[in-house]
Amino acid sequence: MNARINWVGYQTIVRKEITRILRIWGQTIVPPAITMSLYFIIFGELIGRRIGDMGGFTYMEFIVPGLVIMSVITNSYGNMVSSFFGAKFGKHIEELLISPLPNWVILCGYVTGALVRGLMVGAVVLMISLLFTHLQVKHALVTISVLLLTAIVFALAGMINAIYARKFDDIAIIPTFVLAPLTYLGGVFYSISLLPPFWQKVSIVNPILYMVNGFRYGILGVSDVSLLQTYGVIISAGILLFTWCMWLLHKGTGLRT
Amino acid sequence: MMLALEVKNLRKTYANGVEALKGINLEVAEGDFFALLGPNGAGKSTLIGIVSSLVRATAGETLVFGTSVQRERSRAMSHIGLVPQELNFNMFEKPFEIVANQAGYYGIPRKIANARAEKYLRQLQLWDKAFSISRTLSGGMKRRLMIARAMVNEPRLLILDEPTAGVDIEIRRSMWEFIEQINADGTTVILTTHYLEEAEQLCRNIAIIDHGSIIENTGMKSLLSTLDIETFILDLREPISAAPQIEGMNLVLRDGITLEASLPKKKSLNFLFSELERQDIHVRSMRNKANRLEELFLGLVEKNNDGKNPGGKKAVAGVAP
Repeated sequence: MNARINWVGYQTIVRKEITRILRIWGQTIVPPAITMSLYFIIFGELIGRRIGDMGGFTYMEFIVPGLVIMSVITNSYGNMVSSFFGAKFGKHIEELLISPLPNWVILCGYVTGALVRGLMVGAVVLMISLLFTHLQVKHALVTISVLLLTAIVFALAGMINAIYARKFDDIAIIPTFVLAPLTYLGGVFYSISLLPPFWQKVSIVNPILYMVNGFRYGILGVSDVSLLQTYGVIISAGILLFTWCMWLLHKGTGLRT
Repeated sequence: MMLALEVKNLRKTYANGVEALKGINLEVAEGDFFALLGPNGAGKSTLIGIVSSLVRATAGETLVFGTSVQRERSRAMSHIGLVPQELNFNMFEKPFEIVANQAGYYGIPRKIANARAEKYLRQLQLWDKAFSISRTLSGGMKRRLMIARAMVNEPRLLILDEPTAGVDIEIRRSMWEFIEQINADGTTVILTTHYLEEAEQLCRNIAIIDHGSIIENTGMKSLLSTLDIETFILDLREPISAAPQIEGMNLVLRDGITLEASLPKKKSLNFLFSELERQDIHVRSMRNKANRLEELFLGLVEKNNDGKNPGGKKAVAGVAP
């Protein structure tokens, strides 16, 4: 009985989230496609030709996995934070809070919605990249698993941001001052082997480095870090963030007075 | 008798120290149409918030059809439909989506959810707007949308927190009819409202809450029967120069042709009219000065305030008692 209620409830949240993503496609799908096209043209084509090879690949080939995972990170986080905070701000989150659905179903529904947006944008960016270069996926399972796990991790992080946020400024601070710097310094545009030893050590504490390199390994077969480290960091981050989210939902932080 | 709602020694103190509920006890029987009244800030919305699990109680317990909201939230919530005071749906979604999705949150499969969404949107005369963007609906339509949404899981207990606020009289009356029908079909209804005429007309039992405590909890008829004096406004056919004197009644001339008559319960209206007739004063029309419940409500709240503030109105007005 409960399992059926939870399953229908989960499907309803996911359906609602997908409807929202498609309803505002001009805000959800188009902007990242344009931004990434500019990255491909400027960094891949114009500057990349002068840079030459990196890790045995053309610069364009090298940055494609990083740019795909970067758009997945940004969009899964952005979808969660804007959708959940919007529901909180507009008070329609109460539709879910007064329902019989347990917190974990609400969390899973929103995470799936964010995952779908991340994957949709990732797919669009990947298709655009094929206009500029030719890619062959070396390790399909690694590619898919790193992509999914990364989207889940950032959806969970977005939920924490949305729960603590009290005003719209609060949902812009983390993406601008934390997420963007970590992503750009996470090896999207370079191999950390090019950095001086001190900055290589600093880069190792950036979790996004492992996601970018894990995904790059899946597509190109090269990485600055081991696969074990990649999965270790992503799975640990996922467990930590899921536990944090559940604790906040259980306490009712920012949701129940 | 099964209780739809049982509140035991419920307390709520907010983080800022405000004590919104001071250990209240309340019972609402299954099938009842129950009025929960009180001035602004009395604790009504806090109580409704705790029953619907949006607010956490500091102490005490709330049982919905015997299931504890605090210990078995999911099961207790499956019995409840809530129409909150503030609009709380996504203004960019369509009414049909809003209502059908709400059914989904209660585990109702999509096919049934869609059928129910249509049924309640039609019953609340919103079907022609079912696929419009919700923010384009009028104020009354938005209120009715929240009722349709609350009904879609066919709750055993429907809580309406000022459902007719800002709604014109015609729509208000159609909403009353709808809610009365729901109650007649077996749904227990708890209503808070500032339109006391609404509570008097619809509800069988009543609780008045003030400063976080229940100051009256009784049947509507029994409460109304405690009203000692009723005041009527009489519109006269011809002007008179002074208020007539009638034994046992207080008559005040408001202007030349408007007379205010306060009658003790033991005096009949026939007696008033015959006395006026005898003094050659003819009445053209008559109405209650205030709704009966309104008079009682104000009396009870005033009495409660006097008890809390012996200085009474003078102290409030800033004059030394």
